[in-house]
Amino acid sequence: MSYDVIIGLEVHVQLQTVSKIFCGCSTAFNPDQPNVQTCPVCLGLPGALPVLNAEAFRLAVKTALALNCQIAGFTKWDRKQYFYPDLPKGYQISQYDLPFSHDGHVDVVTEADGGAVRRVRILRAHLEEDAGKNMHDESGRGRDSLVDLNRAGTPLVEIVTHPDLRSAEEARLFLQDLRLLLTDIGVSDCNMQEGSLRCDANVNLHVHQPDGSKVATPIVEVKNINSFRFTEQAILHEVERQWELYQKTKQTIKDAPKSTRGFDPARGVTYAMREKEEAADYRYFPDPDLVPVTVTDEQIATLRGELGELPAARRARYRDQYQLSAYDAGVIIDQGREYSRYFEVVAEGCGDGKQAANWLTQDVQRELNERGLTIATFPVPADVLADLLKRVTNKQLTIKAAREVFGALLEGEETATTARIEAIVAERGLAIVQDDGAIDAAIADVIARNPKPVADFKAGKQQAAGALIGQVMRAVKGADPQQVRERLIAKLSE
Amino acid sequence: MSLTSEQVRKVASLARLELSDAELSDLGAKLGQTLDYVARLNELDTDGVEPLVHAIELSNVLRPDVLAPSLPRDRGLANAPRTDGKHFLVPAILEG
Repeated sequence: MSYDVIIGLEVHVQLQTVSKIFCGCSTAFNPDQPNVQTCPVCLGLPGALPVLNAEAFRLAVKTALALNCQIAGFTKWDRKQYFYPDLPKGYQISQYDLPFSHDGHVDVVTEADGGAVRRVRILRAHLEEDAGKNMHDESGRGRDSLVDLNRAGTPLVEIVTHPDLRSAEEARLFLQDLRLLLTDIGVSDCNMQEGSLRCDANVNLHVHQPDGSKVATPIVEVKNINSFRFTEQAILHEVERQWELYQKTKQTIKDAPKSTRGFDPARGVTYAMREKEEAADYRYFPDPDLVPVTVTDEQIATLRGELGELPAARRARYRDQYQLSAYDAGVIIDQGREYSRYFEVVAEGCGDGKQAANWLTQDVQRELNERGLTIATFPVPADVLADLLKRVTNKQLTIKAAREVFGALLEGEETATTARIEAIVAERGLAIVQDDGAIDAAIADVIARNPKPVADFKAGKQQAAGALIGQVMRAVKGADPQQVRERLIAKLSE
Repeated sequence: MSLTSEQVRKVASLARLELSDAELSDLGAKLGQTLDYVARLNELDTDGVEPLVHAIELSNVLRPDVLAPSLPRDRGLANAPRTDGKHFLVPAILEG
């Protein structure tokens, strides 16, 4: 007997606004100073009136457009009512029957270079406010819980997928693509440590029966997973657990309601959470404090225009235009739009996309890490690096010499310019000597002075050429080793 | 039409209200009257009438994304039954 794994995700993404969704309090991550970013609106004090943050709505629509969703021309706000200490009003302002967007999709590349794609349909994306944060007493002595409401009222987009994912790995890849997409269009920093991207996973199995039919196991929702790796681990564990349980009990979706589990990263297992006696009854109703929002086709077209080239399109273009591997394209695109622009200037300027990619993913990346810089503050501008690499493509500099110049540009006090490259090359005598006459003379001299290695080479000992090439290189500073090798071997083979 | 004690108990528990048996039956009758009153709306013919999502015919009330002063912490915590000077304190929450 075998089975299919069926996974749907609910992802909460924090939008990158300065102020909260319905009031002017800051959205800054500030756990060290609890309860300093609150006001009568986000505390839910009587008489306070929420007013929608225009930027939160704009970023939400951009998010939905990037997910290929339909944007509703008319959307409204509802109260989702439940009691929990991190929810000061006793209800969360959310969207129920008329969300601002619905019916989109994301195509997830599931094989690095194979091009296999899983289309994940998006059921809906709606806007809502975040709750505060509870901190529990870990001593087990039942001390008070502490509540910090700094986060209460932070704008969130909740993205709900159809159950279209078929493995734990696909779920992780989907989340990685989603993060890349949303950071790239600048709607969220998706910082998982700070809770800017959180995920619930709905998991069950479709077990193949001998007669060809399939039987579904009860659905389990794994709550509040805060890393991609944990998402993968939680689903892997859940699949194993449900398969064993099914073999023992033969329980199907008809025998048990949906249940909720948590994930313990330390043990790598999911655990049962306390079930409420009654099914959740949120008694949604329209929020009378907030009026509806309408969106025109022109506004949607404007926002769509602002999206620019999305990461998936850029990845494909880098493959076609610059012959990059999916991996190299991914590394560059993952660093954001500014990094991608830098790469393109270097690639266009030096005329060799692969070489540009090698430098960007190795030399530049390493220097940025070591110096704690971003590409925006990197002291070597893209056009200067392009000029340096062009000298390599034109066989004016060896790669080794180019690295030396690159290091000198970074170490030097002076601004990194193309003139500076020229000066460093001249000072250090790094230019490749194109003088065939000088090289041939040195080769003749080296051959005359080294009868033994020459005889060895002629007797078929290829590696004997190495010592001879070294001597020629020392004699003609700045000669291209490739050229020396070719000319020397030609001479020896005469 | 009176609400049953079971119905009242469910609504009360959703609102975190603890009611005595006497209150349950008393409220059952009173809530029933309220529902009967509202049910008179059912007499209207609403065929072809668009559902109303808001009583005020207004839309797109938005504010720019700019900071406004927050309350000083002691003012924000002022109405809390208990605090530690930094947080709201609530009885231990059980999870898991």
